Amino acid sequence: MTAVPAEDASLAPLPKTRGTFARTLSTVVENRLAVVGLGIIVAFILFCYIGPLVYHTDQVHVELSQAALPPSTAHPLGTNEVGYDQLGRLMVGGQTSLEVGIAAALLATVFGTLWGAIAGYAGGFIDSAMMRVVDALLAVPALFLLLFLASIARPTAGLLILVIALVSWLGPARLVRGEALSLRTRDFVTSARLMGGGPWRAVLRHIAPNAIGTVVVNATFQVADAILIVAALSFLGLGIPPPAANWGDMLSSGISYTYAGYWWLIYPPGLAIVLVVIAFNFLGDALRDSFDVRLQKR
Amino acid sequence: MTGFIIRRLLQSLVVVLLVTVIVFILLHLLPGGPARAQLGPRATPAAIANFNHQMGYDRPVPVQYRSWLTQLATGNLGFSPKFNQSVISLIGERLPKTLVLTGMSTIFALTVALPLGMLQAVRRNRLVDYAITSWAFVFYATPPFFLGVVLIVVFSVYLPILPAEAPQSSSLGVILSQPAGLLLPVLTLALLTIAQFSRYMRSSVIENLAEDYVRTARAKGASERIVLVRHVLRNSLIPVATLLGLSLPTIFSGALITEAVFNFPGMGQLFWTAAQTQDYPIMLGITVLIGVVTVIGSLLADLAYAVLDPRVRFA
Repeated sequence: MTAVPAEDASLAPLPKTRGTFARTLSTVVENRLAVVGLGIIVAFILFCYIGPLVYHTDQVHVELSQAALPPSTAHPLGTNEVGYDQLGRLMVGGQTSLEVGIAAALLATVFGTLWGAIAGYAGGFIDSAMMRVVDALLAVPALFLLLFLASIARPTAGLLILVIALVSWLGPARLVRGEALSLRTRDFVTSARLMGGGPWRAVLRHIAPNAIGTVVVNATFQVADAILIVAALSFLGLGIPPPAANWGDMLSSGISYTYAGYWWLIYPPGLAIVLVVIAFNFLGDALRDSFDVRLQKR
Repeated sequence: MTGFIIRRLLQSLVVVLLVTVIVFILLHLLPGGPARAQLGPRATPAAIANFNHQMGYDRPVPVQYRSWLTQLATGNLGFSPKFNQSVISLIGERLPKTLVLTGMSTIFALTVALPLGMLQAVRRNRLVDYAITSWAFVFYATPPFFLGVVLIVVFSVYLPILPAEAPQSSSLGVILSQPAGLLLPVLTLALLTIAQFSRYMRSSVIENLAEDYVRTARAKGASERIVLVRHVLRNSLIPVATLLGLSLPTIFSGALITEAVFNFPGMGQLFWTAAQTQDYPIMLGITVLIGVVTVIGSLLADLAYAVLDPRVRFA
């Protein structure tokens, strides 16, 4: 903060307070875990999207004469059970895992935020009714619901995003509803209403934006959870069907070769999932600290 | 207190009804509807029409819902043609095994997680705390099936001391008589929940350590041991008790994966088999059952909170 000389204090403008963005940025940088998390995420994005431009592999044609080769100079991570280069597949599979995870988290967050903001702002019977729906959906464990939906139609990547979002919007809805309950009694919301702003304006311009801190933190954890859900569904045999690759599928098909000792099919995708999920959790924790005013050094 | 209980009971009842509505919608989401679920994917249109008429599925939807609900209330969850057995008897056979698995692993997880969380809180921001937190992060980020497989690789392949598969039997007694086979499944499920419970216990203890009563107890000359065990521990357990009630869905999901990894003949595995063979009566029956159990769990969690914490009771 800029130091103001004592004798000019009465004349000087008020010290400029740092904006939310600057504050967030500085807290994130201060928090080493967050930097590590962000670093891992950026590294994986580069690996998955820039990697294939540098390291060319054929992920389309099966090459059975090259199947299940251990790591060598030609194939740094070996090849899988049908002869795809494992390192190249890790890049391509990562694209799907990250895209599905991020898209599902975004969709769930937007829908959940709106649902919670409307319920909290409306209050009364509408609130009770909307939140009981959330309670009921929460009562059915997500994995059971997902397996059920996946058994009706084997999901494509797009459908999987929709289905995961369908079971994960409940968390943000509850969080935002809690915030909305307190926000709607605040003066700026009341004055917006007195100036003639309708309920939609209150929800979209005042309630939802003010709950953004909670929402962003939660969205970060949602990405991590979505990646784990995709992996779990792949293991249970109801993930994205081949030939599309994702880390979950690679890991679950790899572990069927546990007894054959093909460790290069198991540990790289497993490690990739663990690292990315940890990275998103680190980032979420750091963001929560930066948005939580009580924890800030002042 | 009575008013609180009555209000919570009514709320839970509404939620249970909504769960049945969700399952009813799922039943009708099926391509071909309930007829397809019962007769299988190869039934002819005529057979489906006949079945729909016989079972009353050509009646208005609200009427159908009411009669389905009455069936449910009398314990008729439907019939699985694939197992040639009623869903309720299949669940009755599998549920005790799942309860043994989840119960044992939860007890194990608590006995490890509570002291661990307390240790972390007392030594917070020291090396021990950081070490345990890092492990919690790793376990939280590991897909449950991957954890199970790693345990199999370590304990059944490299050091062949434990069986890689759960005991196979339809009788609970036989399964319980082979505790070695239960070790890995219980450990897998427990490792997943330990991370969560210890993290929760840590923040609960930290919160309580800052309370006035701790300072009072110390001022009166109570030893640190007495302060921790007699005062802090008991108060920190209150939120953990509610967490236990609320984490039932997570535990059931974890059990499903664990049962799939170790081929454990429980309810989760039954659900998984049903999902693969599109045996919808079983999936719907289990979904209703778990939904109801979860609602009861969170109801009990709330009531436990009120019983354990007088501030809630008299508020």
